[in-house]
Amino acid sequence: MNILQQLRLGFRSLMLHKLRSALAVLGILIGVTAVIWLVAMGEGVSWQAQQQIKDLGATSIIVRSIKPAEGSSRDAGGRFGIAYGLLREDYDRIVANVPTVSRAVPMREISREVRHGERFIDAQLIGCTPDYFTMNRLAIARGRPLSDYDMQGYANVAVLAHKAAQILYPIEDPLGRTVQVGQEFYRVVGIAAERNAAAAIGGSLDARQYDRDVYVPLSTFRARIGDRVFTMRAGSTQLETVELSQITAVVDEMDQVDSSAAVIKGLLDRYHKTVDYAVVVPKELLEQAETMRAMFNVLLVLIAGISLLVGGIGIMNIMLATVTERTREIGIRRALGATRSEIVQQFLWETVVLSGTGGLLGVAFGFLCGPTVAALRRGIETLLPEVWAALPPNMKNLEPRLAPWSVIAAFGISVGVGIIFGIYPARRAAAMDPIEALRHE
Amino acid sequence: MSDPSAPPIVARVENATKVYRLGGHDVRALDGVSIDFHQGDFVAIMGSSGSGKSTLLNLLGCLDRPTTGRYILAGQDVASMDDETLSRLRGRYLGFIFQSYNLIQQLSVVENIEVPLSYQRPPLPGGRERCLKLAALVGLAGRLDHRPTELSGGQQQRVAIARALVNNPHVILADEPTGNLDTATSHEIMDLLDALNHAGRTIVMVTHEDDIAARARRVIRLRDGRIDTVAENRPRLAHTRVPAAT
Repeated sequence: MNILQQLRLGFRSLMLHKLRSALAVLGILIGVTAVIWLVAMGEGVSWQAQQQIKDLGATSIIVRSIKPAEGSSRDAGGRFGIAYGLLREDYDRIVANVPTVSRAVPMREISREVRHGERFIDAQLIGCTPDYFTMNRLAIARGRPLSDYDMQGYANVAVLAHKAAQILYPIEDPLGRTVQVGQEFYRVVGIAAERNAAAAIGGSLDARQYDRDVYVPLSTFRARIGDRVFTMRAGSTQLETVELSQITAVVDEMDQVDSSAAVIKGLLDRYHKTVDYAVVVPKELLEQAETMRAMFNVLLVLIAGISLLVGGIGIMNIMLATVTERTREIGIRRALGATRSEIVQQFLWETVVLSGTGGLLGVAFGFLCGPTVAALRRGIETLLPEVWAALPPNMKNLEPRLAPWSVIAAFGISVGVGIIFGIYPARRAAAMDPIEALRHE
Repeated sequence: MSDPSAPPIVARVENATKVYRLGGHDVRALDGVSIDFHQGDFVAIMGSSGSGKSTLLNLLGCLDRPTTGRYILAGQDVASMDDETLSRLRGRYLGFIFQSYNLIQQLSVVENIEVPLSYQRPPLPGGRERCLKLAALVGLAGRLDHRPTELSGGQQQRVAIARALVNNPHVILADEPTGNLDTATSHEIMDLLDALNHAGRTIVMVTHEDDIAARARRVIRLRDGRIDTVAENRPRLAHTRVPAAT
């Protein structure tokens, strides 16, 4: 018999017990679909993380101010409250002493209420240089970015992020109008294009939401707001002095990143008695994310593999029942000339039909992963808006990415499982004594 | 037996014994049986239960091997063969007809007839055509796609007979072929076997019904694993009548 005939015979024999066979197929189907879906989800999550890390720039080194542990700051409990973090001098030192750094961008940020008449937004007020826009690949949708001229002139101008502009000016065009921060008014010169949130990286860099930012020139920030900031924490006010929130240094080549980061670290170490800054290298994060992804995939395949194993046990169970029931048929075939190995083949083909059908259907359902997740998302968004609002942005934006290797592996494993779990029942069938088998009622 | 006009011997049992161990005792199911089966023979094997007729049939069917003695089929001694060779021998030289028809339920009439062909090495040419011809021969040309459950007992046994012919066997072994059938149908089936025998087929049949046994040319009675009597109802088929290669 050729393969086609074998498959057909297997299919017909399985049709003797439709429900039973369908349940065995279902077991494999679920296993295969689980492999494909879980891997697709995992790939989606890691792809997202990688994109976000890449957005930070693979050739950049980010130095951020962090608040040191209580009482260990530079000027703890002094007249000016606590002072910590990066200094403007640090920026100058990096620019002057690290030759591999082709560009460095200082930045100062603070949470402030930004108003326009009755409307207000809890914005992230960012003092930055014009370079900040190119470095973070912040596109300007309308108007213009900040300019060197603004910097030099301490101009009261601002660029609004997409969402900030929408909230403050829901109807009118904000360009040329003003927004208010504290007692100061700023003229809106540009609106940034929409941009996805950046990665949350360890404890040193929070997930960065760009859509509530209001950008003003760093010089203006310093002149109007200054370094000293009152913060309210747990009911008590605190005065903090921070000169710069972040310095982003960019090198030309990827292989200069690690050494330059070490140099910057060493440089800063010399001038900072306490650790009130952190050096973050997105390239390292990318490598970490890659390792995480591999581990994640192994874990997912393991979990999904277990469900395939369960499916395989289901198949074995059914084939054992089938072999017992069809003892008579085995006897007849043996009498009519079938050898043991031909009986083994017949029942193995049958399990291959079972597991192969489950595998193919599982792959078909696997391809539905993307649409299903999209539909689920739409469903939650429209039916359960509160739940939707509470979801973290990473989940809202999750796009499962179907991995071709997972489809091939899942299908291959399912057929393999069928063969492995089919061998024992098939051998049992073949081992029967034909005389006994023919006598079987 | 040394009759020069006798047709060739297709199967020969020589002093065969079969001993089973049952509960610590040796049971001699066959105790020195010797029979020759010539081409065109039609032999009925009779005997009470426990006489050894089933054991003899299993032996003739290459489903079992003798403990001592020889069984020669198509010139080969079966006693020393392994399981695979025995299977091939069954598929090539033997046709089986059973009391309970033993058709495969999930297959149609024509597919049931085809089953032995799938175990031929090398494959026989003209498979499907042969099956259709044989289905017509046993009068089931109009029911090729029926399932066994849709057929009467007599029709099922006809399918089984067609199946037993499809590999053009040297010997057809029938185990109580009419045991599950009413008298009228039994005689129809026996008429069919008769016709096959007249066409040159060698048939060995186990039965316990005298009127069925009377249709055979020779009747061998077994008792306690030995041949008790051999009766000749009709002479053997003449040497010239060789099986048509249907």
